[in-house]
Amino acid sequence: MSTDPMGTDPMGAHPASADSASYNLGPVDQIPFGEGRAFGVEGEQVAVFRLRDGSLRAVSAVCPHRGGPLADGTIDRLVVVCPLHQHAFELETGCSTTGAEPLRTYAVQADGEQNIILLSSQRVGNYSA
Amino acid sequence: MTSVLARPHGRHPGGAPRRRLVVVGNGMAGARAVEEILARGGAGQFSITMFGDEPYGNYNRIMLSHVLSGEESDADIFLNALSWYRENSITLHAGVRVDRIDKPTKHVFSNDGRVTPYDTLIIATGSRSHMPPMDGLYTPGGSLKHGIFGFRTIDDTRRMVQHAQQDQHRRAVVIGGGLLGLEAAYGLKSHGIEVEVVHSGGHLMNAQMGPDGGAVLRRSVEALGIGVHTSSRTTAVLGTDKVTGVSLRDRDNIACDMVVVAAGIRPNVDIAVLSGLPVERAIVVDDQLRVQDEDHIYAVGECVQHRGEVYGLVAPLWEQAVVLANHVTGADTSSVYLGSRTATKLKVAGVDVASMGLHGPELETDEHIVFSESGRGVFKSIVVRDNKMVGATLLGDSRKVAYLTQAFDRGLPLPEERIALLFDVGGPGGEAGVAELDDGAQVCNCNGVSKGALVAAVMGGCASVSGAMDATRAGKGCGSCKLLVRQVVEWAADGAVEEDPAASYYVPGIPLDKAALMAAIRAQDLRSVSQVFAALAPGSAEDAKSKMGLASLLKMMLADRYIDERDARFINDRVHANIQRDGTFSVVPQMKGGVTSVQQLRRIADVAEKHNVPLIKLTGGQRIDLLGIPKEDLPQVWADLDMPSGYAYGKSFRTVKTCVGKDFCRYGTGDSTSLGIQIESRFQGIEAPAKLKLAVSGCPRNCAESLVKDVGVVAVEGGRWEVYVGGAAGAHIRKGDLLATVDDPEEVTVLTGRFMQYYRERANWLERTYAFVPRVGIGHLRAVIVEDAEGIAAQLDAAMQASVDSYVDPWSERDDPQTPGQFRTSLPLTVLPQVPVR
Ligand code: SRM
Ligand SMILES: Cc1cc2nc3c(=O)[nH]c(=O)nc-3n(C[C@H](O)[C@H](O)[C@H](O)COP(=O)(O)OP(=O)(O)OC[C@H]3O[C@@H](n4cnc5c(N)ncnc54)[C@H](O)[C@@H]3O)c2cc1C
Ligand code: SF4
Ligand code: FES
Repeated sequence: MSTDPMGTDPMGAHPASADSASYNLGPVDQIPFGEGRAFGVEGEQVAVFRLRDGSLRAVSAVCPHRGGPLADGTIDRLVVVCPLHQHAFELETGCSTTGAEPLRTYAVQADGEQNIILLSSQRVGNYSA
Repeated sequence: MTSVLARPHGRHPGGAPRRRLVVVGNGMAGARAVEEILARGGAGQFSITMFGDEPYGNYNRIMLSHVLSGEESDADIFLNALSWYRENSITLHAGVRVDRIDKPTKHVFSNDGRVTPYDTLIIATGSRSHMPPMDGLYTPGGSLKHGIFGFRTIDDTRRMVQHAQQDQHRRAVVIGGGLLGLEAAYGLKSHGIEVEVVHSGGHLMNAQMGPDGGAVLRRSVEALGIGVHTSSRTTAVLGTDKVTGVSLRDRDNIACDMVVVAAGIRPNVDIAVLSGLPVERAIVVDDQLRVQDEDHIYAVGECVQHRGEVYGLVAPLWEQAVVLANHVTGADTSSVYLGSRTATKLKVAGVDVASMGLHGPELETDEHIVFSESGRGVFKSIVVRDNKMVGATLLGDSRKVAYLTQAFDRGLPLPEERIALLFDVGGPGGEAGVAELDDGAQVCNCNGVSKGALVAAVMGGCASVSGAMDATRAGKGCGSCKLLVRQVVEWAADGAVEEDPAASYYVPGIPLDKAALMAAIRAQDLRSVSQVFAALAPGSAEDAKSKMGLASLLKMMLADRYIDERDARFINDRVHANIQRDGTFSVVPQMKGGVTSVQQLRRIADVAEKHNVPLIKLTGGQRIDLLGIPKEDLPQVWADLDMPSGYAYGKSFRTVKTCVGKDFCRYGTGDSTSLGIQIESRFQGIEAPAKLKLAVSGCPRNCAESLVKDVGVVAVEGGRWEVYVGGAAGAHIRKGDLLATVDDPEEVTVLTGRFMQYYRERANWLERTYAFVPRVGIGHLRAVIVEDAEGIAAQLDAAMQASVDSYVDPWSERDDPQTPGQFRTSLPLTVLPQVPVR
């Protein structure tokens, strides 16, 4: 197992500028409406979802239950449901509505050029480290 | 584990320094005591540390019986998940055993080498299975012999299930015919194991009932196919390294592959003994649940002896936990525990047993009211002393149980006509019965929920049965009180109960049943899942859990006219393969009727080689599975295979298994193989509320297992074909019902299609035919499908034809992804449970 699992990932992103800790993950069009896609960001895996109203949400891509791929989950405006055992997580807060451990959440938005901008410094939700 | 670990001496923000509360035992009593303490502001007074020998959060031990029988999954019985401990800043040492208490310095020593100081200590170590003395229980190394089980913990239960499910294990002996033994026997029986109960008492459940009730119970238990041997003692378990049988005193040996010992429990008092606490049958406590002569040590649950009584049920520990919490927190220092009156129920489906107090009269002046109807398995016995009920045994009819439990608990005055104790004699019905219960009456004995608490929940706005159950946890224990909970909620809401709303909805997010939903979709000409949400969901809110069901329904209704939004599909249907535990996928090409060719086999072999497929496996559906394919490789794998999808992933028509049939088999009377292929070719891939698996067998030997299929066809003498529907042999076992016997294979195909279309239009989401067919009734199905009694046959046939015509092989999408990144990896790249390579 490589110590930098993202090292080989073509999607691996690096900060847009050294001090801002914001990451440009490329065009929003990579993500169909109502679905999610996974991105590698500085050694972490982030699932970014594009809701049907066009807004973006970003949470940790790995289900805390048994490591399910959350980017393959089914979503609505509030939650993502993991494809493996159907635990659900609020996209805003990362809290599970089914009693699983919470997810880490990230601030994310589209910029003027319709690129996905992820702010990894600002973590919301109740993740306690 | 969490940051709270680091601050056992921490100060509560702004408050006085918190005292250290340590709890030994993280079972039902320990965790409940802590919940009660928290409910009294304990979080502000104490920093709480819990030790639990079992490596889990707290779970509902009662439900292990249901886990064993498969009625409940082990993941669903947790009462306090690990997150609960964190949210309440409780440090939990799970999987750690406390070995000793040092009273003078107030420390506990645990087997991970830790020494933990306390100001207040609670012992809640529960009990363990008692292993009565007999030969052959243990290996020379001192562990239980392979195949012998106690029945106490989730690990015991998992191991039993695992053992019972191994094919070579066919027979079990349960030692002990009490509650636990019968529940174990029933649970094992549900795994298809032959079970015999060996009981040393003269009749079953002799601790709860007299011999007459025991005789009726015995018949009910035997009717479940469970063997019963009473008045017999097991003297040895046979077999050297694994169990081969048991030998009994004065009787023949019984051969078996597993033994479950359910011969009573013994309180876990080792640490108390070692630490110099007073122990008789269990740890001796006073009316405040303090260990006798100790100022700072309390004990609660099955490990305690209070006024000479040791309990083995949960109801007493709920009462104890309240009193204990009142003292530990100082919330009510006048609170006392005076003992509990216990009632027990047997959790074996189809055998209702409730018992409380005395089994029979003891004084000459005791009245004894008995009713026995052994043919129906009904037996009722009530003991009355001084116009108060002091005991009852009820078998096979639990309608009066709630009332009698209350009469027993509170010593209510009884009706003069004693028969009214046993039956509702033209008097008030169930509802008035509920009205009569007073507020303090316990409705749910498992979770200690009173009528008053339920009524308060309803008044607080939980006007549905499930809402009130969620709010109070009533009905979430053994489940035997659900009917009463419903009655109380209905009574409290005074007719304004919201019928369990979701129960009748087709999907949870749209408040309509299937017929109404389909009518609304037609009336408003809704053609996509997002249109359905916009038009029919409350607040137009999308609901992730409803998407897949709606997508399937719309496709069935609209065929070509359906606007297919990919986000509405489950991942399997987005990429046409089945997701695996490590996020890779499995690929099952179509192999109609289980028939293959040299070319197909060669191609599959080449693909498996080229793509380094980790596992190639023959499936239970007669085809070949390529497992462990990464998502991004799927299009290339399909291109290389160049075969149609076998749909092993969808809620859809899956396979038709066939046997060789009359062209080769010396018994075959019909060409099952070609009929199977014909059926599979016609109905491939059509979506349905749940999976459809079919089979065609060439004669009644049924080598393709047609009797346990959603639709199963059997060739019988004279060139005729029987069509069975609603069979199952998966999570449920059911023999299909005979729909029709017809002369011609064409007719088989027509009836199959018509039945499946009727099912597609009427069944609930995820309702397999094994539930649908008994729900609507085979008589009704025959009338509609074979005799066309409702005149809808042509319509059903046409709708099915439209679905058949709109079929497109999903794997043809491979060259032209339907959405950006359709096959892009979502695999978390960290270590996951990998599918092993063989
Ligand atoms: C591959 C296969 C096992 C095998 O290696 O043989 C299989 C694999 C799975 N079965 Fe099965 N079942 C397979 C034949 C069966 C059979 C036998 C049969 O089809 O003749 C049954 C009993 C018949 C039945 O359907 O009732 C069967 C009863 C189930 C059930 C229980 C359904 C029920 O309601 O009783 C489930 C769970 C469910 O559907 O919710 C299930 C679910 C599953 C799932 C899809 C679990 C899941 O959701 O991921 C498994 C996918 C494993 C994977 O990683 O791909 N599988 N499963 C078989 C594929 C057959 C095929 O060629 O299509
Ligand atoms: C299969 C089954 C079915 C049942 N059905 C019913 C029913 O229908 N109705 C009913 O009322 N009751 C039923 N019971 C009984 C009920 O489960 C018990 O009364 C209840 O669990 C007792 O709670 P407790 O906390 O005292 O003990 P437990 O729940 O056993 O908890 C004690 C915990 O302490 C741990 N422990 C022990 N020693 C140590 C130590 N030294 N250090 C750290 N941890 C320790 C144990 O590992 C255990 O986890 C059933 C029991 C079983 C096994
Ligand atoms: S393949 Fe079927 S039986 Fe086997 S583990 Fe998966 S779901 Fe269970
Ligand atoms: S891995 Fe996500 S729910 Fe189990």
